[in-house]
Amino acid sequence: MKFLYLVACNLRRKKLRTLLTLLSIGIAFFLFGLLGALKLALTGDVSIANADRLMTRHKVSIIQMIPISYQARIAAIPGVSGVTAQTWFGGIYQDPKNFFASMPVEPDDFLRMYPEFVVSDAHRQAWRTTRNGAIVGRTLLERFHWKVGDRIPLTAPIWRHADGGDAWEFEIVGTYEAARKSVDTSQFFFRYDYFDEGRGQNKGTISWFAVRVGDAARADAISAAVDREFANSAYETKTEPEAAMMQGFAQQVGDIGAIITGILGAVFFTILLVSGNTITQGVRERTEEIGVLKALGFTNTLVLGLVLAESCLLAVLGGVGGLGAAWLMTVGGSPVPSMLPVFYVPTQHLMLGAGLMVALGLVTGALPALQAMRLGVSEALRRQA
Amino acid sequence: MLNWLSQISAITFANLKTLPERRGAALAAAVGIAGVVTVLVGVLSIAEGFQRVLAVSGSPDVAIVLRSGSDTEMNSGLTHDDTRLIADAPGLARNAANLPLASAELFVVINLPKRSTGTDANVPLRGVSPAAFDVRGNLTLLEGRRFEPGKNEVMVGVGAARQFSGLDVGRTVRVGQTEWAVVGVFTAGGGVAESEVWTDAAVLQPAYHRGDTYQAVYAKLISADAFHTFTDALTTNPSLSIKAMRQSDFYAEQSTLLVGFVKGIGITIAGLMAVGALFGALNTMYSSVAARTREIATLRALGFGSSPVVVSVLLESLALALAGGVLGAAGAWLAFDGHTTSTMNWQTFSQVAFAFRVSPALLVEAILWAAMIGVLGGLFPAIRAARIPIAAALRET
Amino acid sequence: MTTDQSPLIHLTGVDKTYRRGSEEIRVLAGLSLTVQRGEFLALMGPSGSGKSTLLNLLGGLDRPTKGAVEIGGERIDALTDRRLAGWRARHVGLVFQFYNLLPVMTAERNVELPLLLTPLSRAERRRHVATALAVVGLRDRTNHYPRQLSGGEQQRVGIARAIVTDPTLLLCDEPTGDLDRKSGDEILSLLQTLNREQGKTIIMVTHDPHASARASRTVHLDKGQLSAAAPA
Repeated sequence: MKFLYLVACNLRRKKLRTLLTLLSIGIAFFLFGLLGALKLALTGDVSIANADRLMTRHKVSIIQMIPISYQARIAAIPGVSGVTAQTWFGGIYQDPKNFFASMPVEPDDFLRMYPEFVVSDAHRQAWRTTRNGAIVGRTLLERFHWKVGDRIPLTAPIWRHADGGDAWEFEIVGTYEAARKSVDTSQFFFRYDYFDEGRGQNKGTISWFAVRVGDAARADAISAAVDREFANSAYETKTEPEAAMMQGFAQQVGDIGAIITGILGAVFFTILLVSGNTITQGVRERTEEIGVLKALGFTNTLVLGLVLAESCLLAVLGGVGGLGAAWLMTVGGSPVPSMLPVFYVPTQHLMLGAGLMVALGLVTGALPALQAMRLGVSEALRRQA
Repeated sequence: MLNWLSQISAITFANLKTLPERRGAALAAAVGIAGVVTVLVGVLSIAEGFQRVLAVSGSPDVAIVLRSGSDTEMNSGLTHDDTRLIADAPGLARNAANLPLASAELFVVINLPKRSTGTDANVPLRGVSPAAFDVRGNLTLLEGRRFEPGKNEVMVGVGAARQFSGLDVGRTVRVGQTEWAVVGVFTAGGGVAESEVWTDAAVLQPAYHRGDTYQAVYAKLISADAFHTFTDALTTNPSLSIKAMRQSDFYAEQSTLLVGFVKGIGITIAGLMAVGALFGALNTMYSSVAARTREIATLRALGFGSSPVVVSVLLESLALALAGGVLGAAGAWLAFDGHTTSTMNWQTFSQVAFAFRVSPALLVEAILWAAMIGVLGGLFPAIRAARIPIAAALRET
Repeated sequence: MTTDQSPLIHLTGVDKTYRRGSEEIRVLAGLSLTVQRGEFLALMGPSGSGKSTLLNLLGGLDRPTKGAVEIGGERIDALTDRRLAGWRARHVGLVFQFYNLLPVMTAERNVELPLLLTPLSRAERRRHVATALAVVGLRDRTNHYPRQLSGGEQQRVGIARAIVTDPTLLLCDEPTGDLDRKSGDEILSLLQTLNREQGKTIIMVTHDPHASARASRTVHLDKGQLSAAAPA
């Protein structure tokens, strides 16, 4: 620790240069943080998908509907402890660009299946008693400045009434909060009975079932049992764990992981060069001073350590600043809730960032540190003459 | 003026001669800028590629007719009678047999595994009427033949064939209870149709329990100007509740959301990186000026003006930045141009195959970015260089 | 205190050659030298005679090509780099012509540098630094940066840094070479005091006869060898 002062002194030597380097490292880690959040926003946090939840949909595609009568048959399969149906409603508020997810569900089954949607008892009760009642996520509520008690008209081009009209009216009876940061609070849920009565076609069908299994270890066996139950029927199903479904869906958007890794690779390569060069330059300018330190009895290893400590300090200071800024920016919620409702830097990513800071410090410092270590005392001292 | 120019060239030349001594710093700055340009071009080439597919898909003299209130084929529905009325509307082109060039079509989505990952992807399966080929006008068979009406046969777009497993001529694809024989592979001028699987609408209807309904009518107009005659006739017909769009507008609109999103993200990321690279460039140019303080002071003492010093530093910075920019742009072009992939088209909830596209305009834009970083990175150091106090700097060792 | 006539330094048959391109330059040629404990030795000679090279060998900054360098009974030419560094930290104080202070640190921090290599606590280090600065007469310049000090003051800081670990041997490379006469005299008096009152053995390279006159003995180096006859 007593050498820290020495290291800090060297960073103070050319303040502008240190500042510029810190800023460029900071920006790299700021991007690192934001891209981590972006990746999460686009692919979903698979790590938190409940291992005991499965999704059952039509085998041909999720667009095809399946009968709600399947719910009872799935529930009867041994090992299944809960089933709830969801349907893609595709409701539009005022303008198709105001996109958000809207789905009819059966309130009690649904909230039991998804404990991550936290709804107060009063709101639950209101939902049970209001036929056209809707529960709206907090983010969505804020986005359109809605409040509980408002009557909201949505149009649903997919779901028309028997007379061909596509206007639906809902009353907001409550809101839901997220039990975890990774939960999307920009969705709109309303009652299936209201929906089924109002739609003019495909009555009695739904988009998919969420299935809870008692024992996550038996998820695969139960998935197979569900699909076997409906094999060779007019509506064959495909059942898979929630995580697999999320991953598959993310893959449909594109190989986001590879794109983001590629961008980060370019970012860090760039920063590596820029800050590595700065440190090398700084060490080169201090050749005689390093000679003096060695003449005073500083060992080669100590000199190596001092230069590495300097580069690591730069990387960590810049990194903590940048990653901290990204974290601060997203900790209060998504900066663009309408486009990316779930947007935060996951803890795992922050840890990875911390590791990267040290790695960046070591890599950028390695070359100048080795040069400083190998520097002969007498040559270094002679240079000034 | 000539004197001024010769001063600039003298100083710039002297500067550039010392470049090899500072090659580490210079290289780092240039490569830093190359990195920015690579990311910029890489991300924007995705947006460009996607946009292009949708841009070339639409023709202004083709109309697409949906049920009123629908904005995509997905949520549209038309009866057989609707399609007949639409086909009889004025303004439609006709073939040699004097039949209107209107194709009533069905659009469903099936799941097929992606070749790259093996995971399920939503692939559009389109049922078309015989007129569809003349309506589109740009379908060319690469391999095999067209499907035969009335048979469970499909022909697949070249993009779909490349991206999804099982779509090879001679194989059969099982979708639900139905088996489809793949009989041909086609191109469609690079448009969306290349991502689709086509079959006879009359075969698709029973397979999907659609009765005698359709989702859209694609109609070829006599000319682009005939669009208004056509729509007016349809919208004033009380027995129809439809909306008609030019195919070109229809597809252009489909691309706006995704293209805007990707461009926004690409520019944000590259913008932040550019700031990082700018710091790198500033560092390089400040140390370049510091290393030459005495030399600059000497020149000034000899009577050189301060503006040639400023310009020469800017020129050096610009030269480095342009070198980096060209390097990055060329690298991005080699790495990304033509790279094929597919993504979700949210309007149809199905996959669109496309190729990354590094257009000349994008390259120019990227090089402009590099130049901007170069000028900004050189400006402040240049001002410092111009302000060097001559007498003090001459004494410096 | 006077010289107690026991040898501290023994150089026997020391050769030092450098390669410059294909040319081999023999800077020291079979040089032998004995220095007693408590001596104040001036080392004179023209440029390129090998004075600095000799000083580097004595300070353990460099190794001879041939021959033995024995200091305080230890063959320092045989030590590894690591042990040599430790040896320097304990036994030698170096004073440079251009002071070689770190510009980013105050006088106090500069003097403290060699103590960082010892297990002393911060408080103990500060005490030692205060003593050393008092010895060189700079108690009131503790928090000044080198650029805020005159040449003579900077050199005193350099000397304080050299003596702060209380080494037996002080090696000074033209300590007055960059100073005016008055400051130079003050530095020479300081060295003399350190020699007489604290018994430091001092070897000082100098061009200046005025400086060498302060030493207890003067040797001349020419073409890599000690010349017996001292020119006036």
